Amino acid sequence: MTLNSKAPSGPLAEKWNNHKFNLKLVNPANKRKYDIIIVGTGLAGASAAASLAELGYNVKTFCVQDSPRRAHSIAAQGGINAAKNYRNDGDSVYRLFYDTLKGGDYRAREANVYRLAQVSVNIIDQCVAQGVPFAREYGGLLDNRSFGGAQVSRTFYAKGQTGQQLLLGAYSAMNRQIATGKIQSYTRHEMLDVVMVDGKARGIIARDLVTGQIERHSAHAVVLCTGGYGNVFYLTTYARGSNVTAIWRAHKKGAYFGNPCFTQIHPTCIPVSGDHQSKLTLMSESLRNDGRIWVPLKKGDNRKPEDIPEAERDYYLERIYPSFGNLVPRDIASRKAKEMCDQGRGVGASGLAVYLDFSDAINRLGESTVASRYGNLFDMYKQITGENPYKTPMRIYPAVHYTMGGLWVDYNLMTTIPGLYACGEANFSDHGANRLGASALMQGLADGYFVLPYTIGDYLAGEERKEVSIDSPEFVAAEKNVKDQLQKLLSINGNKTVHEFQRELGLIMWNHCGMARNENGLKEGIEKIKALRAEFWKNIKVPGVGEELNQNLERAGRVADFLELGELMMQDALQRNESCGGHFREEYQTPEGEALRDDDNYAYVAAWEYKGENQPSEMHKEALEYEFIKRSQRSYK
Amino acid sequence: MSGNMNLTLKVWRQKSQNAQGAFETYEAKNISPDMSFLEMMDVVNEDLIKAGKEPIAFDHDCREGICGMCSMYINGRAHGPLKGVTTCQLHMRSFSSGETITIEPWRATAFPVLRDLVVDRTAFERIQQAGGYVSVNTGSVPDANAIPISKENADEAFLSAACIGCGACVAACKNSSAMLFVSAKVSQYALLPQGNVERKERVLKMVSQMDQEGFGNCSNTEACEAECPKEIKVTNIARMNREFLRAKLFS
Ligand SMILES: Cc1cc2nc3c(=O)[nH]c(=O)nc-3n(C[C@H](O)[C@H](O)[C@H](O)COP(=O)(O)OP(=O)(O)OC[C@H]3O[C@@H](n4cnc5c(N)ncnc54)[C@H](O)[C@@H]3O)c2cc1C
Ligand code: SF4
Ligand code: FES
Repeated sequence: MTLNSKAPSGPLAEKWNNHKFNLKLVNPANKRKYDIIIVGTGLAGASAAASLAELGYNVKTFCVQDSPRRAHSIAAQGGINAAKNYRNDGDSVYRLFYDTLKGGDYRAREANVYRLAQVSVNIIDQCVAQGVPFAREYGGLLDNRSFGGAQVSRTFYAKGQTGQQLLLGAYSAMNRQIATGKIQSYTRHEMLDVVMVDGKARGIIARDLVTGQIERHSAHAVVLCTGGYGNVFYLTTYARGSNVTAIWRAHKKGAYFGNPCFTQIHPTCIPVSGDHQSKLTLMSESLRNDGRIWVPLKKGDNRKPEDIPEAERDYYLERIYPSFGNLVPRDIASRKAKEMCDQGRGVGASGLAVYLDFSDAINRLGESTVASRYGNLFDMYKQITGENPYKTPMRIYPAVHYTMGGLWVDYNLMTTIPGLYACGEANFSDHGANRLGASALMQGLADGYFVLPYTIGDYLAGEERKEVSIDSPEFVAAEKNVKDQLQKLLSINGNKTVHEFQRELGLIMWNHCGMARNENGLKEGIEKIKALRAEFWKNIKVPGVGEELNQNLERAGRVADFLELGELMMQDALQRNESCGGHFREEYQTPEGEALRDDDNYAYVAAWEYKGENQPSEMHKEALEYEFIKRSQRSYK
Repeated sequence: MSGNMNLTLKVWRQKSQNAQGAFETYEAKNISPDMSFLEMMDVVNEDLIKAGKEPIAFDHDCREGICGMCSMYINGRAHGPLKGVTTCQLHMRSFSSGETITIEPWRATAFPVLRDLVVDRTAFERIQQAGGYVSVNTGSVPDANAIPISKENADEAFLSAACIGCGACVAACKNSSAMLFVSAKVSQYALLPQGNVERKERVLKMVSQMDQEGFGNCSNTEACEAECPKEIKVTNIARMNREFLRAKLFS
């Protein structure tokens, strides 16, 4: 199959408008004859569900938590970008477009990114109208802050709880539609397969997580908004339940997986404290606006930070990147932190941390201003580490935070399976090889509020307006497969727990496919994963039965999928013989240690096709053409 | 390791909603003070699985105090001993070796137990569906800065909107009242011009749904505020009462 991005031609600024005009429409009276399933109710899913229901479609939503409001989006801290130029500081749609493409190291589609920047302004309007309490200035208008990778202030925020407030806004819009009956919300439900009829996505198989019942649900189109798959690394900033299952099972049914190895490692997280650790906590990137990052000049200097004089500190980001300083993009900040620690200049008991110091900001602005900007983050830090960041610098270290890869989608957000869409972090679009801060919330809401509601109609207009039966042989077969797999997991009764397997896999991923990758390491990693996967299917121990609330069974299925995904990620990292964005191959770097891109050979999206159990996947390429901007070596110096 | 603790846990075990529940006692050995409470539970569960027993079911997701999923009643207090802290952010350094810790689910008629420490909080969903929104469709809105809002009101609305919907207020209240939760949402919109148009209808509908769900009355003991991990203030309840009276009077 050749990949068709469906990106419209014509002038950049006109593409989306022209495209919208050319899309087929569903007559308002006919919309209620179409059913749409939306899996996932984070920013992408909740906004899509509400908007589609408002248009008149019948929507069913699914999420694994007990409420749509608890999706992982709730945890986003720092903010959301929009090209409003309310600061009068030179921002524009074009600049946001340019920053996003450059930040992604020129591995995203021009047309998609431009559209994202265009609709960003509508998102803020929508959220404010819903009653989202963004931070304001004394004059009553909206406040902004700046974020990594940008030299303008375009980030809107609600203290350190922006994701929460945006999600509650989208959730409230969903609730309004649930009340009218246009949305049926299924909570504590996990999708375990996509059902295909005549080559099209026609429904899902889901498990009721309370009763364990397996259910069939049909629709004319299925939308996956199930978030990122970073938990393949085990220790991450993701919520514990974040997983790849929905998109992986869709991948196995024919949806190509785009750039699986593009992972974002966030530079400012609280370091690991011991083996018991179950997750890592992010300290929002916004802290880099006022915090200064440093390590001691000398190796192994284990004096207390307060006792190290200015002259013996190395503010390495300010030194290496004078124009962006502490605000360089995440991939660069993370890599440099690792470099400092590799040089033996890391701090804290493990030596795997650098300082993020607020003493200058506190002197300049006063403690109360710093508290009003970051109070909840400082409290969180103190609660977790037992240390007071107003008095002593925070210790931070990079951690896995976001996955730029995901299901390949065209300009309409449709995967390679007709009728199957992917939105938000679950798709691969828009961020290229590295995502800029505050752009995930923007993308999730852009997809859900302003893109999918237009593009899905184009597909539905061509579909028959009759209910899809759940009694077809395809539904029966998909249900049986799901039941068989659950039964298999329960019956092995080996010696190792799901938890043990997940940790082991995470360690392999981190060591072989983490912040720095190389050919030998990746090849070894692939062998290790294969061995671990084989062991999993012989030695997993899942207690209990299927017909009950069984958290271990849920998790076992997810780990089984991670064990397959991990191998594909390594395969993808192995084929990409260049460094770009979050993908750093040690063999490909400049003499100064910066990522060395190879545009002649690797300016493409790697879209992987599943070929069957234990068969090598096949890579397809979507060439990335740059019509409007010139690619340059990224420089933040 | 020295400094590690040994604890005794008394945990509520209940197989399903209709099953009979009871306390079971477990030993939690060699627990590091740096562990979070839920990480301690993970350790206990691993031991249970290895011993061929059923692990303890409990809700959790973000493990950083924002999703509102975790919900344990620890030593007679919702979310445990610390003020302004969810169960998932509680660390074992808040306990001492040798201690016995009692762990129960939220107890309220409107929150039936589904299994062990997991309860059904969908009553909260239905209250939100009754009116917890501003009726605006996607796309049909003015420019964001066309609606100036005083910083004071915006900040106060934010504080009310910071509720994570965990249900600790209900669990902490001897009457199982949901007033703090409902009033936080009502207040957020009452403080903002966007919420003004539907102001009366909203409070009437949400309160009526709250009553139908079987939550108790508020008798002003303020246990809710004391236990709320997000420190939502009881002044929200006073505001909701005013909103409710006003709506009744003028409807
Ligand atoms: C700590 C943290 C802070 C962040 N801060 C920012 C920030 O400041 N700015 C920014 O732009 N981005 C930020 N991000 C990134 C951003 O939050 C996410 O990328 C974004 O919220 C993802 O939204 P989503 O809607 O795609 O998916 P999610 O919010 O992850 O939602 C996934 C949904 O899918 C459901 N689901 C998953 N699998 C299944 C299944 N099999 N069956 C049924 N349902 C399923 C879940 O229940 C959930 O409802 C942050 C991320 C983290 C981890
Ligand atoms: S008011 Fe407080 S205790 Fe009650 S649900 Fe909200 S956050 Fe939880
Ligand atoms: S697990 Fe999310 S608030 Fe505790």
